[in-house]
Amino acid sequence: MKFGTQIVALGLFAFVALVAAGFGVDEPFRQHMWVLLIVLLGFLGILLRNTSFAATAPIHPSAYMDGPIRYGAIATMFWGVVGMLVGVVIALQLAYPDLNIEPWFNFGRLRPLHTSGVVFAFGGNALLCTSLYVVQRTCRARLFGGDLAWFVFWGYQLFIVMAATGYLLGITESREYAEPEWYVDLWLTIVWVAYLILFLGTILKRKEPHIYVANWFYLSFIVTIAMLHLINNLSMPVSFLGSKSYSAFSGVQDALTQWWYGHNAVGFFLTAGFLGMMYYFVPKQANRPVYSYRLSIVHFWALIFLYIWAGPHHLHYTALPDWAQTLGMAFSIMLWMPSWGGMINGLMTLSGAWDKLRTDPIIRMMVMAIAFYGMSTFEGPMMSIKAVNSLSHYTDWTIGHVHSGALGWVGMISFGAIYFMVPKLWNRERLYSLRLVTWHFWLATLGIVVYAAAMWVSGIMQGLMWREYDEQGFLVYSFAETVAAVHPYYVMRAIGGAMYLSGTLIMAWNIAMTILGYQREQDPMPGSVPALRRARSGARKWA
Amino acid sequence: MDYNLMRKFADSWGLLAMALFFIGCIAFALRPGSRRQADEAARIPLKDD
Repeated sequence: MKFGTQIVALGLFAFVALVAAGFGVDEPFRQHMWVLLIVLLGFLGILLRNTSFAATAPIHPSAYMDGPIRYGAIATMFWGVVGMLVGVVIALQLAYPDLNIEPWFNFGRLRPLHTSGVVFAFGGNALLCTSLYVVQRTCRARLFGGDLAWFVFWGYQLFIVMAATGYLLGITESREYAEPEWYVDLWLTIVWVAYLILFLGTILKRKEPHIYVANWFYLSFIVTIAMLHLINNLSMPVSFLGSKSYSAFSGVQDALTQWWYGHNAVGFFLTAGFLGMMYYFVPKQANRPVYSYRLSIVHFWALIFLYIWAGPHHLHYTALPDWAQTLGMAFSIMLWMPSWGGMINGLMTLSGAWDKLRTDPIIRMMVMAIAFYGMSTFEGPMMSIKAVNSLSHYTDWTIGHVHSGALGWVGMISFGAIYFMVPKLWNRERLYSLRLVTWHFWLATLGIVVYAAAMWVSGIMQGLMWREYDEQGFLVYSFAETVAAVHPYYVMRAIGGAMYLSGTLIMAWNIAMTILGYQREQDPMPGSVPALRRARSGARKWA
Repeated sequence: MDYNLMRKFADSWGLLAMALFFIGCIAFALRPGSRRQADEAARIPLKDD
């Protein structure tokens, strides 16, 4: 590979970063541009060193393009460990405020690093690499656009690095789950449009006449995120060489735009995308077709028609008009139907093969993911009911709910998909160790249970303490008293998170060893049928 | 085009069009004779590696 165009483009891009670092109007912007320059120069150096003028073998036009997917699987593991580690750190900061290290490692700066790290870096890379894996194999077509997939992969990593370093430098738009400032948003827009072209182009050149349902979910995720990202981030920079911008909306319109975005980031990024994963990897790992394909189509249309309206439930009892709050609540409750339809569809895919739960820890992981999908999509609509929300809102109950969805559903289904993909991508016969998968499964599951239980108790306790009046109409507890009361639960939460993180570290070890080509010698999983052996030759003469 | 006009469109023709499109999608998915096609589509992931 000669990388001629890439090197020139990177050089120009690096020059722009240098100019911006020199002429930036505020200090954080100048620092951020130096970070960009260093990252780009590092990448440029790697490309220069890897330039070779040897002729490359022609690529068969129907061979699958798996290079970016392999990188994506590694990036998923890397960002997963980073994002979850930051999560444990901020959990400890909440329990022990002395751990706040000013100014870069304050809770306020690390918290968006954690949320973006696990949602967009870990989850985003998992979606990116599995979507490219699935679309090729269900369309029977090579990825569209040549090196476009590499641009999407590296462009997305650059977005993550710029977002993460920006948070630490104190650059923020203060929009939840969309904290990066305007110039990082513009870069993500370019990458995302390239991703859409890549995905849609592959679907258009498919050899399989039918578009498999997983691709519908992935496509809805890509299209909706493009729309959400564009509208939520409509803003005007103070200077084109500065890090501050102001939203195009103000007041309650701004709040509603923000939560229209925020809830659909949950609905389309963390749900629809990962359902695409479920509809491919669960049938593959179970080696059975999905329970009802027609139910999956109903699931798809019902989900995308309902989810988009549910955002206002984040703004109950605020300045948002009452009818809009009720609308958000009503659509959230209607979401029970597609969510549970989808959960039943995923679980029933195993009907007739439930014995695999005993012998296959990867299936066990996927089933746990689907179970958590069902539980958190039951809990969510319940919390969106105004009466329940008046107790749960602003408390740790919400945090518990988010994590049962994120750790239970998103995390577990991604782990299952990575465990399935990696041996195939690197042509390994099997994973390094299935027993380590079992360890991962139990550490992760128990971690979630500890986490969610601690947050339920602390959240409901907070809610009840905040609303407690005495007979004269005074509040019984000061805010500081409620903070002191939740301390033990914050410690438990950090322990639950650390258990989940240690499971992920075991997975990273297992995946690294699988990629390196090792296989751990171990007894078969208990309960599995022993492999058939050839009869001893002595028995033959009697046959 | 002001807010009131958009609002009026959204809760009349817009709502009707989306509801009909949704019902159409569900009806098409469940139409008689779609089972065989759906069963075939469900096997797509299992056809190769």
